[in-house]
Amino acid sequence: MSVISQSDFQRKRARRKWMGRAFYGLCLLSVAIALGMLAVLLVYLFIQGITGISWSFLTSFASRHPDQAGIKAAILGSIYVVMVAGVTSFVLGVATALYLEEYAARSKFARIAKINIANLAGVPSIVYGILGLQIFVHSMHLGKSVLAGGFTLGLLVLPIVIVASGEAVRAVPPSLREAAYGLGATRWQVIWHMVIPQAFPGILTGVILAVSRAIGETAPLIAMGALTFVPFTPDSPLSRFTVLPIQIFNWTSRPQEGFQEAAAAGIIVLLVILLVMNAGAVILRNKFQNKSGG
Amino acid sequence: MLDQDPILQTRGLSVYYDTKKVVTDVNLDVARNRITSIIGPSGCGKSTLLRCFNRMNDLIPSARVEGQVMFDGLDLYGHDVDPTEIRYLIGMVFQRPNPFPKSIYDNVAFGPRINGFKGDMDELVERSLVRAAIWDEVKDRLNTSALALSGGQQQRLCIARALAVEPRVILMDEPCSALDPIATLAIEELMRELSEDYSIIIVTHNMQQAARVSHYTAFLMVEEARVGFMVEFGESRQIFTNPEDERTEAYITGRFG
Repeated sequence: MSVISQSDFQRKRARRKWMGRAFYGLCLLSVAIALGMLAVLLVYLFIQGITGISWSFLTSFASRHPDQAGIKAAILGSIYVVMVAGVTSFVLGVATALYLEEYAARSKFARIAKINIANLAGVPSIVYGILGLQIFVHSMHLGKSVLAGGFTLGLLVLPIVIVASGEAVRAVPPSLREAAYGLGATRWQVIWHMVIPQAFPGILTGVILAVSRAIGETAPLIAMGALTFVPFTPDSPLSRFTVLPIQIFNWTSRPQEGFQEAAAAGIIVLLVILLVMNAGAVILRNKFQNKSGG
Repeated sequence: MLDQDPILQTRGLSVYYDTKKVVTDVNLDVARNRITSIIGPSGCGKSTLLRCFNRMNDLIPSARVEGQVMFDGLDLYGHDVDPTEIRYLIGMVFQRPNPFPKSIYDNVAFGPRINGFKGDMDELVERSLVRAAIWDEVKDRLNTSALALSGGQQQRLCIARALAVEPRVILMDEPCSALDPIATLAIEELMRELSEDYSIIIVTHNMQQAARVSHYTAFLMVEEARVGFMVEFGESRQIFTNPEDERTEAYITGRFG
Protein backbone atom coordinates (compact mmCIF):
# COMPACT_ATOMS: atom_id res chain seq x y z
CA MET A 1 0.00 0.00 0.00
CA SER A 2 1.33 3.42 -0.84
CA VAL A 3 1.53 6.18 1.69
CA ILE A 4 -0.91 8.40 -0.17
CA SER A 5 -4.06 6.90 -1.69
CA GLN A 6 -4.66 7.38 -5.39
CA SER A 7 -7.80 9.54 -5.04
CA ASP A 8 -6.16 11.72 -2.41
CA PHE A 9 -3.22 12.24 -4.72
CA GLN A 10 -5.44 13.26 -7.65
CA ARG A 11 -7.41 15.74 -5.59
CA LYS A 12 -4.30 17.32 -4.01
CA ARG A 13 -2.55 17.46 -7.33
CA ALA A 14 -5.29 19.55 -8.91
CA ARG A 15 -5.19 21.86 -5.92
CA ARG A 16 -1.40 22.17 -6.05
CA LYS A 17 -1.49 22.98 -9.73
CA TRP A 18 -4.10 25.64 -9.13
CA MET A 19 -2.00 27.16 -6.32
CA GLY A 20 0.99 27.27 -8.61
CA ARG A 21 -0.93 29.11 -11.30
CA ALA A 22 -2.47 31.54 -8.83
CA PHE A 23 0.94 32.43 -7.41
CA TYR A 24 2.36 32.92 -10.88
CA GLY A 25 -0.57 35.22 -11.71
CA LEU A 26 -0.02 37.24 -8.55
CA CYS A 27 3.65 37.77 -9.39
CA LEU A 28 2.78 38.81 -12.92
CA LEU A 29 0.16 41.26 -11.63
CA SER A 30 2.69 42.84 -9.28
CA VAL A 31 5.12 43.36 -12.14
CA ALA A 32 2.35 44.89 -14.22
CA ILE A 33 1.38 47.32 -11.46
CA ALA A 34 4.95 48.37 -10.75
CA LEU A 35 5.92 48.85 -14.38
CA GLY A 36 2.53 50.31 -15.30
CA MET A 37 2.77 53.08 -12.72
CA LEU A 38 6.27 53.90 -13.84
CA ALA A 39 5.16 54.00 -17.47
CA VAL A 40 2.23 56.31 -16.66
CA LEU A 41 4.53 58.62 -14.73
CA LEU A 42 7.10 58.76 -17.50
CA VAL A 43 4.57 59.30 -20.26
CA TYR A 44 2.81 62.03 -18.30
CA LEU A 45 6.09 63.78 -17.51
CA PHE A 46 7.26 63.48 -21.04
CA ILE A 47 4.10 64.97 -22.53
CA GLN A 48 4.08 67.82 -20.06
CA GLY A 49 7.76 68.58 -19.92
CA ILE A 50 9.35 67.78 -23.26
CA THR A 51 8.27 71.08 -24.83
CA GLY A 52 9.97 72.92 -21.97
CA ILE A 53 13.35 71.41 -22.71
CA SER A 54 15.48 73.59 -24.89
CA TRP A 55 19.06 74.72 -25.03
CA SER A 56 18.16 77.97 -23.31
CA PHE A 57 16.35 76.04 -20.54
CA LEU A 58 19.48 74.05 -19.87
CA THR A 59 21.82 77.04 -19.98
CA SER A 60 19.78 79.77 -18.25
CA PHE A 61 19.59 80.67 -14.61
CA ALA A 62 16.42 80.82 -12.55
CA SER A 63 14.07 83.68 -13.35
CA ARG A 64 10.82 85.28 -12.27
CA HIS A 65 9.51 84.81 -15.79
CA PRO A 66 8.57 81.21 -16.58
CA ASP A 67 9.63 81.47 -20.23
CA GLN A 68 13.10 82.67 -19.26
CA ALA A 69 13.61 80.29 -16.32
CA GLY A 70 16.47 77.81 -16.72
CA ILE A 71 18.09 75.06 -14.79
CA LYS A 72 21.82 75.58 -15.26
CA ALA A 73 22.65 76.37 -11.63
CA ALA A 74 20.62 73.42 -10.37
CA ILE A 75 22.23 70.94 -12.78
CA LEU A 76 25.75 71.97 -11.80
CA GLY A 77 24.76 72.19 -8.14
CA SER A 78 23.34 68.66 -8.20
CA ILE A 79 26.37 67.22 -9.96
CA TYR A 80 28.86 68.84 -7.58
CA VAL A 81 26.91 67.96 -4.44
CA VAL A 82 26.37 64.36 -5.52
CA MET A 83 30.05 63.98 -6.40
CA VAL A 84 31.05 65.13 -2.92
CA ALA A 85 28.38 62.87 -1.38
CA GLY A 86 29.50 59.89 -3.50
CA VAL A 87 33.17 60.21 -2.61
CA THR A 88 32.42 60.81 1.08
CA SER A 89 30.09 57.85 1.41
CA PHE A 90 32.38 55.60 -0.65
CA VAL A 91 35.47 56.26 1.46
CA LEU A 92 33.72 56.16 4.84
CA GLY A 93 31.34 53.37 3.86
CA VAL A 94 33.92 50.95 2.49
CA ALA A 95 36.31 51.55 5.39
CA THR A 96 33.49 51.03 7.89
CA ALA A 97 32.30 47.85 6.16
CA LEU A 98 35.85 46.47 6.09
CA TYR A 99 36.28 47.22 9.77
CA LEU A 100 32.99 45.60 10.73
CA GLU A 101 33.39 42.55 8.51
CA GLU A 102 37.14 41.92 8.52
CA TYR A 103 38.62 43.37 11.67
CA ALA A 104 35.82 43.32 14.23
CA ALA A 105 33.78 40.48 12.72
CA ARG A 106 31.90 38.46 15.34
CA SER A 107 32.63 40.96 18.10
CA LYS A 108 29.69 42.18 20.11
CA PHE A 109 30.53 45.74 19.12
CA ALA A 110 30.29 44.90 15.41
CA ARG A 111 26.96 43.18 15.90
CA ILE A 112 25.45 46.14 17.72
CA ALA A 113 26.97 48.59 15.26
CA LYS A 114 25.50 46.69 12.30
CA ILE A 115 22.01 46.68 13.78
CA ASN A 116 22.24 50.40 14.40
CA ILE A 117 23.53 51.14 10.93
CA ALA A 118 20.53 49.34 9.50
CA ASN A 119 18.33 51.50 11.72
CA LEU A 120 20.11 54.66 10.57
CA ALA A 121 18.80 54.00 7.08
CA GLY A 122 15.32 54.59 8.46
CA VAL A 123 16.00 57.98 10.05
CA PRO A 124 13.97 60.71 8.29
CA SER A 125 16.25 62.54 5.89
CA ILE A 126 15.36 65.95 7.30
CA VAL A 127 17.10 64.95 10.53
CA TYR A 128 20.31 64.68 8.52
CA GLY A 129 19.65 68.20 7.24
CA ILE A 130 19.51 69.53 10.78
CA LEU A 131 22.64 67.55 11.65
CA GLY A 132 24.41 68.96 8.60
CA LEU A 133 23.37 72.50 9.50
CA GLN A 134 24.76 72.12 12.98
CA ILE A 135 27.99 70.26 12.20
CA PHE A 136 29.10 71.28 8.74
CA VAL A 137 27.53 74.71 8.34
CA HIS A 138 28.02 76.05 11.83
CA SER A 139 30.62 74.04 13.77
CA MET A 140 32.96 73.47 10.83
CA HIS A 141 32.26 76.88 9.31
CA LEU A 142 31.74 75.49 5.83
CA GLY A 143 28.73 77.76 5.31
CA LYS A 144 25.70 76.68 3.33
CA SER A 145 28.06 75.45 0.67
CA VAL A 146 28.45 72.66 -1.88
CA LEU A 147 30.84 70.92 0.49
CA ALA A 148 28.43 71.10 3.43
CA GLY A 149 25.56 69.85 1.26
CA GLY A 150 27.66 67.03 -0.15
CA PHE A 151 28.84 65.92 3.29
CA THR A 152 25.26 66.01 4.57
CA LEU A 153 24.00 63.82 1.73
CA GLY A 154 27.09 61.65 2.11
CA LEU A 155 26.13 60.92 5.72
CA LEU A 156 22.54 60.34 4.67
CA VAL A 157 23.44 57.62 2.19
CA LEU A 158 26.32 56.18 4.23
CA PRO A 159 24.21 53.31 5.65
CA ILE A 160 23.34 52.17 2.13
CA VAL A 161 27.01 52.00 1.18
CA ILE A 162 28.00 50.29 4.44
CA VAL A 163 25.31 47.63 4.15
CA ALA A 164 25.98 46.92 0.45
CA SER A 165 29.76 46.90 0.94
CA GLY A 166 29.42 44.66 3.98
CA GLU A 167 27.41 42.15 1.98
CA ALA A 168 29.93 42.30 -0.86
CA VAL A 169 32.81 41.73 1.56
CA ARG A 170 31.03 38.83 3.23
CA ALA A 171 30.38 37.26 -0.18
CA VAL A 172 34.11 36.95 -0.95
CA PRO A 173 34.72 33.18 -0.82
CA PRO A 174 36.56 32.08 2.34
CA SER A 175 38.61 29.74 0.14
CA LEU A 176 40.29 32.73 -1.53
CA ARG A 177 41.18 34.30 1.81
CA GLU A 178 42.54 30.97 3.03
CA ALA A 179 44.61 30.54 -0.12
CA ALA A 180 46.12 33.99 0.36
CA TYR A 181 46.75 33.50 4.09
CA GLY A 182 48.25 30.11 3.27
CA LEU A 183 50.92 31.82 1.15
CA GLY A 184 51.95 34.05 4.02
CA ALA A 185 49.81 37.09 3.29
CA THR A 186 49.12 39.48 6.16
CA ARG A 187 45.59 40.55 6.95
CA TRP A 188 46.17 43.85 5.16
CA GLN A 189 47.46 42.05 2.06
CA VAL A 190 44.48 39.72 2.02
CA ILE A 191 42.10 42.68 2.26
CA TRP A 192 43.94 44.72 -0.35
CA HIS A 193 44.69 41.99 -2.91
CA MET A 194 41.71 39.66 -2.46
CA VAL A 195 38.79 41.14 -0.56
CA ILE A 196 38.57 44.62 -2.09
CA PRO A 197 39.00 43.56 -5.75
CA GLN A 198 36.50 40.72 -5.31
CA ALA A 199 33.98 42.87 -3.47
CA PHE A 200 34.41 45.88 -5.73
CA PRO A 201 31.49 45.25 -8.10
CA GLY A 202 29.17 44.84 -5.11
CA ILE A 203 30.57 47.95 -3.45
CA LEU A 204 30.03 49.89 -6.66
CA THR A 205 26.42 48.73 -6.79
CA GLY A 206 25.96 50.14 -3.30
CA VAL A 207 27.48 53.46 -4.33
CA ILE A 208 25.20 53.61 -7.40
CA LEU A 209 22.16 53.08 -5.17
CA ALA A 210 23.43 55.66 -2.72
CA VAL A 211 24.13 58.30 -5.34
CA SER A 212 20.74 57.70 -6.96
CA ARG A 213 19.13 58.33 -3.60
CA ALA A 214 21.27 61.40 -2.94
CA ILE A 215 20.50 63.09 -6.24
CA GLY A 216 16.76 63.05 -5.50
CA GLU A 217 16.96 64.34 -1.92
CA THR A 218 15.36 67.70 -1.19
CA ALA A 219 14.43 67.96 2.47
CA PRO A 220 17.85 67.71 4.13
CA LEU A 221 19.31 70.34 1.80
CA ILE A 222 16.45 72.73 2.43
CA ALA A 223 16.82 72.18 6.18
CA MET A 224 20.51 72.78 5.81
CA GLY A 225 19.82 76.05 4.06
CA ALA A 226 20.49 75.47 0.37
CA LEU A 227 19.17 78.31 -1.77
CA THR A 228 16.06 78.11 -3.89
CA PHE A 229 16.95 80.99 -6.19
CA VAL A 230 20.46 80.84 -7.55
CA PRO A 231 21.37 83.13 -10.45
CA PHE A 232 25.01 81.97 -10.59
CA THR A 233 27.04 78.75 -10.96
CA PRO A 234 28.81 77.44 -7.89
CA ASP A 235 32.46 78.23 -8.61
CA SER A 236 34.13 76.72 -5.55
CA PRO A 237 33.42 73.98 -3.00
CA LEU A 238 32.50 76.75 -0.58
CA SER A 239 30.07 78.63 -2.80
CA ARG A 240 26.33 78.50 -2.24
CA PHE A 241 24.21 76.29 -4.44
CA THR A 242 20.86 74.80 -5.30
CA VAL A 243 20.05 71.34 -6.64
CA LEU A 244 17.54 69.99 -9.15
CA PRO A 245 14.95 68.64 -6.69
CA ILE A 246 14.85 71.98 -4.85
CA GLN A 247 14.47 73.88 -8.11
CA ILE A 248 11.70 71.52 -9.19
CA PHE A 249 9.98 71.77 -5.82
CA ASN A 250 10.19 75.54 -6.06
CA TRP A 251 8.62 75.60 -9.50
CA THR A 252 5.80 73.21 -8.67
CA SER A 253 4.74 75.51 -5.82
CA ARG A 254 4.29 78.48 -8.18
CA PRO A 255 0.84 79.24 -9.54
CA GLN A 256 1.88 80.12 -13.11
CA GLU A 257 1.25 77.48 -15.81
CA GLY A 258 4.70 78.04 -17.30
CA PHE A 259 6.48 77.02 -14.12
CA GLN A 260 4.58 73.73 -14.05
CA GLU A 261 6.00 72.97 -17.47
CA ALA A 262 9.46 73.99 -16.28
CA ALA A 263 9.07 71.64 -13.31
CA ALA A 264 8.19 68.71 -15.58
CA ALA A 265 11.11 69.56 -17.82
CA GLY A 266 13.34 69.72 -14.74
CA ILE A 267 12.23 66.25 -13.68
CA ILE A 268 13.11 64.89 -17.13
CA VAL A 269 16.56 66.44 -16.81
CA LEU A 270 16.95 64.91 -13.34
CA LEU A 271 15.93 61.48 -14.64
CA VAL A 272 18.33 61.71 -17.58
CA ILE A 273 21.23 62.66 -15.31
CA LEU A 274 20.31 59.79 -13.00
CA LEU A 275 20.18 57.35 -15.92
CA VAL A 276 23.51 58.53 -17.32
CA MET A 277 25.21 58.22 -13.93
CA ASN A 278 23.74 54.79 -13.31
CA ALA A 279 24.64 53.56 -16.77
CA GLY A 280 28.18 54.80 -16.29
CA ALA A 281 28.45 53.02 -12.97
CA VAL A 282 26.97 49.80 -14.37
CA ILE A 283 29.48 49.83 -17.24
CA LEU A 284 32.27 50.40 -14.74
CA ARG A 285 31.00 47.57 -12.56
CA ASN A 286 30.77 45.13 -15.44
CA LYS A 287 34.28 46.02 -16.42
CA PHE A 288 35.52 45.11 -12.96
CA GLN A 289 33.43 41.96 -12.88
CA ASN A 290 34.91 40.74 -16.13
CA LYS A 291 38.37 41.61 -14.97
CA SER A 292 38.09 39.64 -11.75
CA GLY A 293 36.09 36.80 -13.25
CA GLY A 294 37.99 36.14 -16.42
CA MET B 1 59.48 5.70 15.81
CA LEU B 2 61.18 7.44 12.90
CA ASP B 3 64.65 6.55 11.68
CA GLN B 4 65.51 10.23 11.39
CA ASP B 5 65.20 13.61 13.03
CA PRO B 6 61.58 14.75 12.38
CA ILE B 7 60.86 18.10 10.69
CA LEU B 8 57.63 18.61 12.62
CA GLN B 9 56.68 17.29 16.03
CA THR B 10 53.54 17.77 18.06
CA ARG B 11 53.63 17.30 21.80
CA GLY B 12 50.40 17.09 23.79
CA LEU B 13 48.58 18.95 21.04
CA SER B 14 44.90 19.65 21.74
CA VAL B 15 42.56 21.98 19.89
CA TYR B 16 39.31 23.44 21.18
CA TYR B 17 36.51 25.25 19.41
CA ASP B 18 35.11 27.31 22.26
CA THR B 19 34.89 24.63 24.94
CA LYS B 20 34.53 21.69 22.57
CA LYS B 21 37.67 19.60 22.24
CA VAL B 22 38.24 18.48 18.65
CA VAL B 23 41.84 17.27 18.80
CA THR B 24 43.01 15.46 21.91
CA ASP B 25 46.60 15.15 23.06
CA VAL B 26 48.27 14.25 19.77
CA ASN B 27 51.96 13.36 19.71
CA LEU B 28 52.95 13.03 16.07
CA ASP B 29 56.36 13.05 14.38
CA VAL B 30 56.52 14.10 10.74
CA ALA B 31 59.42 12.75 8.72
CA ARG B 32 61.61 14.92 6.52
CA ASN B 33 61.20 14.44 2.77
CA ARG B 34 58.53 11.81 3.27
CA ILE B 35 54.79 11.73 2.87
CA THR B 36 52.82 11.37 6.07
CA SER B 37 49.12 10.74 5.77
CA ILE B 38 46.49 11.41 8.38
CA ILE B 39 43.44 9.18 8.05
CA GLY B 40 40.31 8.68 10.08
CA PRO B 41 36.54 8.92 9.96
CA SER B 42 34.65 12.18 9.38
CA GLY B 43 34.79 14.59 12.28
CA CYS B 44 37.88 13.04 13.83
CA GLY B 45 39.82 16.31 13.67
CA LYS B 46 42.16 15.42 10.79
CA SER B 47 41.83 18.78 9.07
CA THR B 48 42.01 20.68 12.34
CA LEU B 49 45.21 18.83 13.21
CA LEU B 50 46.65 19.61 9.77
CA ARG B 51 45.83 23.28 10.20
CA CYS B 52 47.84 23.44 13.39
CA PHE B 53 51.01 23.02 11.36
CA ASN B 54 50.66 26.39 9.60
CA ARG B 55 48.51 28.06 12.22
CA MET B 56 45.52 28.34 9.91
CA ASN B 57 43.36 27.68 12.97
CA ASP B 58 44.33 31.17 14.10
CA LEU B 59 41.85 32.46 11.53
CA ILE B 60 38.98 30.85 13.43
CA PRO B 61 38.28 33.15 16.38
CA SER B 62 36.84 30.42 18.59
CA ALA B 63 39.77 28.03 18.08
CA ARG B 64 42.31 27.54 20.87
CA VAL B 65 45.42 25.40 20.69
CA GLU B 66 47.19 23.74 23.62
CA GLY B 67 50.50 21.92 23.58
CA GLN B 68 53.46 22.30 21.28
CA VAL B 69 54.20 22.09 17.60
CA MET B 70 57.93 22.08 16.96
CA PHE B 71 59.22 22.95 13.49
CA ASP B 72 62.94 22.15 13.33
CA GLY B 73 63.27 23.13 16.97
CA LEU B 74 61.10 26.25 16.70
CA ASP B 75 57.87 26.26 18.69
CA LEU B 76 55.29 27.41 16.14
CA TYR B 77 53.01 28.59 18.90
CA GLY B 78 55.76 30.51 20.70
CA HIS B 79 55.02 34.08 21.71
CA ASP B 80 57.30 35.75 19.23
CA VAL B 81 56.26 33.70 16.21
CA ASP B 82 54.39 35.56 13.47
CA PRO B 83 51.95 33.15 11.78
CA THR B 84 52.37 34.89 8.41
CA GLU B 85 56.07 34.06 8.51
CA ILE B 86 55.58 30.35 8.99
CA ARG B 87 52.88 30.06 6.35
CA TYR B 88 55.26 30.45 3.47
CA LEU B 89 57.66 27.96 5.01
CA ILE B 90 54.77 25.55 5.47
CA GLY B 91 52.55 25.78 2.40
CA MET B 92 49.05 24.47 2.01
CA VAL B 93 46.90 22.92 -0.70
CA PHE B 94 43.18 22.85 -0.04
CA GLN B 95 40.34 20.41 -0.49
CA ARG B 96 38.72 22.23 -3.38
CA PRO B 97 41.03 23.80 -5.94
CA ASN B 98 40.94 27.50 -5.10
CA PRO B 99 42.91 29.43 -7.71
CA PHE B 100 42.63 33.19 -7.51
CA PRO B 101 40.41 34.80 -10.15
CA LYS B 102 43.55 36.03 -11.87
CA SER B 103 45.73 34.83 -14.71
CA ILE B 104 47.72 31.61 -14.37
CA TYR B 105 50.91 33.65 -14.16
CA ASP B 106 49.56 35.97 -11.45
CA ASN B 107 48.35 33.01 -9.41
CA VAL B 108 51.85 31.62 -9.17
CA ALA B 109 53.45 35.06 -8.77
CA PHE B 110 51.08 36.13 -5.97
CA GLY B 111 52.96 34.46 -3.11
CA PRO B 112 56.43 35.66 -4.12
CA ARG B 113 55.08 39.18 -4.71
CA ILE B 114 53.45 39.56 -1.32
CA ASN B 115 56.55 38.17 0.34
CA GLY B 116 58.71 40.76 -1.40
CA PHE B 117 60.48 38.52 -3.94
CA LYS B 118 62.91 40.63 -5.98
CA GLY B 119 64.44 38.13 -8.41
CA ASP B 120 63.46 36.90 -11.87
CA MET B 121 59.73 36.33 -11.57
CA ASP B 122 59.33 34.74 -15.03
CA GLU B 123 61.91 32.16 -14.17
CA LEU B 124 60.36 31.44 -10.77
CA VAL B 125 56.87 31.06 -12.27
CA GLU B 126 58.15 28.68 -14.92
CA ARG B 127 60.15 26.64 -12.40
CA SER B 128 57.13 26.32 -10.10
CA LEU B 129 54.81 25.28 -12.91
CA VAL B 130 57.35 22.75 -14.19
CA ARG B 131 57.76 21.36 -10.67
CA ALA B 132 53.98 20.99 -10.38
CA ALA B 133 53.86 19.12 -13.72
CA ILE B 134 51.52 21.57 -15.39
CA TRP B 135 53.95 23.75 -17.37
CA ASP B 136 53.43 21.97 -20.70
CA GLU B 137 49.67 22.37 -20.45
CA VAL B 138 49.68 26.09 -19.64
CA LYS B 139 52.90 27.56 -21.05
CA ASP B 140 51.10 29.04 -24.06
CA ARG B 141 48.35 30.67 -22.06
CA LEU B 142 49.97 32.02 -18.93
CA ASN B 143 47.97 35.22 -19.18
CA THR B 144 44.56 33.58 -19.41
CA SER B 145 42.34 33.10 -16.40
CA ALA B 146 43.14 30.25 -14.05
CA LEU B 147 39.42 29.63 -13.69
CA ALA B 148 39.28 28.28 -17.25
CA LEU B 149 41.44 25.29 -16.29
CA SER B 150 39.96 21.90 -15.43
CA GLY B 151 39.66 20.87 -11.78
CA GLY B 152 42.77 18.70 -11.89
CA GLN B 153 44.78 21.42 -13.61
CA GLN B 154 43.54 23.97 -11.09
CA GLN B 155 44.72 21.78 -8.24
CA ARG B 156 48.16 21.37 -9.81
CA LEU B 157 48.24 25.14 -10.33
CA CYS B 158 47.47 25.54 -6.62
CA ILE B 159 50.40 23.23 -5.88
CA ALA B 160 52.59 25.35 -8.17
CA ARG B 161 51.36 28.44 -6.35
CA ALA B 162 52.34 26.90 -3.02
CA LEU B 163 55.75 25.83 -4.38
CA ALA B 164 56.52 29.33 -5.68
CA VAL B 165 57.22 30.64 -2.18
CA GLU B 166 59.67 27.77 -1.70
CA PRO B 167 58.17 26.14 1.37
CA ARG B 168 59.81 23.26 3.21
CA VAL B 169 56.62 21.49 4.14
CA ILE B 170 53.43 21.14 2.09
CA LEU B 171 50.17 20.44 3.84
CA MET B 172 47.45 18.89 1.70
CA ASP B 173 43.88 18.80 2.94
CA GLU B 174 42.11 16.08 0.93
CA PRO B 175 43.63 17.47 -2.26
CA CYS B 176 41.93 14.95 -4.54
CA SER B 177 38.46 14.73 -3.06
CA ALA B 178 37.01 17.05 -5.71
CA LEU B 179 38.87 15.41 -8.60
CA ASP B 180 38.20 12.51 -10.95
CA PRO B 181 40.39 9.35 -10.80
CA ILE B 182 42.70 10.39 -13.63
CA ALA B 183 43.36 13.82 -12.15
CA THR B 184 43.82 12.10 -8.78
CA LEU B 185 46.46 9.83 -10.26
CA ALA B 186 48.33 12.84 -11.66
CA ILE B 187 48.35 14.54 -8.25
CA GLU B 188 49.53 11.36 -6.53
CA GLU B 189 52.32 10.97 -9.06
CA LEU B 190 53.28 14.57 -8.42
CA MET B 191 53.27 14.09 -4.65
CA ARG B 192 55.70 11.20 -4.98
CA GLU B 193 58.07 13.37 -7.02
CA LEU B 194 57.74 16.30 -4.66
CA SER B 195 58.55 14.18 -1.62
CA GLU B 196 62.17 14.06 -2.79
CA ASP B 197 62.52 17.73 -1.88
CA TYR B 198 59.64 18.49 0.42
CA SER B 199 58.03 17.04 3.50
CA ILE B 200 54.37 16.42 2.81
CA ILE B 201 51.45 15.85 5.14
CA ILE B 202 48.23 14.76 3.51
CA VAL B 203 44.81 14.39 5.05
CA THR B 204 42.71 11.93 3.12
CA HIS B 205 39.48 10.01 3.30
CA ASN B 206 40.76 7.64 0.71
CA MET B 207 42.63 4.79 2.39
CA GLN B 208 43.91 3.36 -0.88
CA GLN B 209 45.43 6.75 -1.55
CA ALA B 210 47.12 6.84 1.85
CA ALA B 211 48.42 3.30 1.28
CA ARG B 212 49.62 4.13 -2.24
CA VAL B 213 51.46 7.38 -1.66
CA SER B 214 52.45 7.80 1.97
CA HIS B 215 55.46 6.49 3.84
CA TYR B 216 53.90 7.02 7.25
CA THR B 217 50.29 6.99 8.38
CA ALA B 218 48.58 8.35 11.46
CA PHE B 219 45.12 7.06 12.30
CA LEU B 220 42.84 9.40 14.21
CA MET B 221 39.52 8.47 15.71
CA VAL B 222 36.52 9.85 17.43
CA GLU B 223 34.77 8.12 20.34
CA GLU B 224 31.98 9.30 22.55
CA ALA B 225 34.27 10.38 25.35
CA ARG B 226 37.23 11.52 23.26
CA VAL B 227 37.44 13.33 19.95
CA GLY B 228 40.41 13.50 17.63
CA PHE B 229 42.88 11.27 19.40
CA MET B 230 45.60 9.33 17.62
CA VAL B 231 45.08 5.58 17.77
CA GLU B 232 48.12 4.45 15.87
CA PHE B 233 51.08 5.81 13.97
CA GLY B 234 53.60 3.94 11.93
CA GLU B 235 54.93 3.07 8.52
CA SER B 236 52.06 2.90 6.07
CA ARG B 237 53.07 -0.60 5.00
CA GLN B 238 52.65 -1.82 8.57
CA ILE B 239 49.48 0.19 9.29
CA PHE B 240 47.70 -1.13 6.24
CA THR B 241 48.87 -4.72 6.40
CA ASN B 242 49.46 -5.45 10.03
CA PRO B 243 47.97 -2.80 12.33
CA GLU B 244 48.63 -3.16 16.02
CA ASP B 245 45.33 -1.71 17.20
CA GLU B 246 42.10 -3.53 16.43
CA ARG B 247 40.30 -0.20 15.87
CA THR B 248 42.78 0.61 13.11
CA GLU B 249 42.15 -2.77 11.57
CA ALA B 250 38.40 -2.27 11.77
CA TYR B 251 38.71 1.08 10.04
CA ILE B 252 41.06 0.08 7.24
CA THR B 253 39.05 -3.01 6.46
CA GLY B 254 35.97 -0.85 6.13
CA ARG B 255 34.05 -2.06 9.16
CA PHE B 256 33.25 1.53 10.18
CA GLY B 257 33.87 5.15 9.20
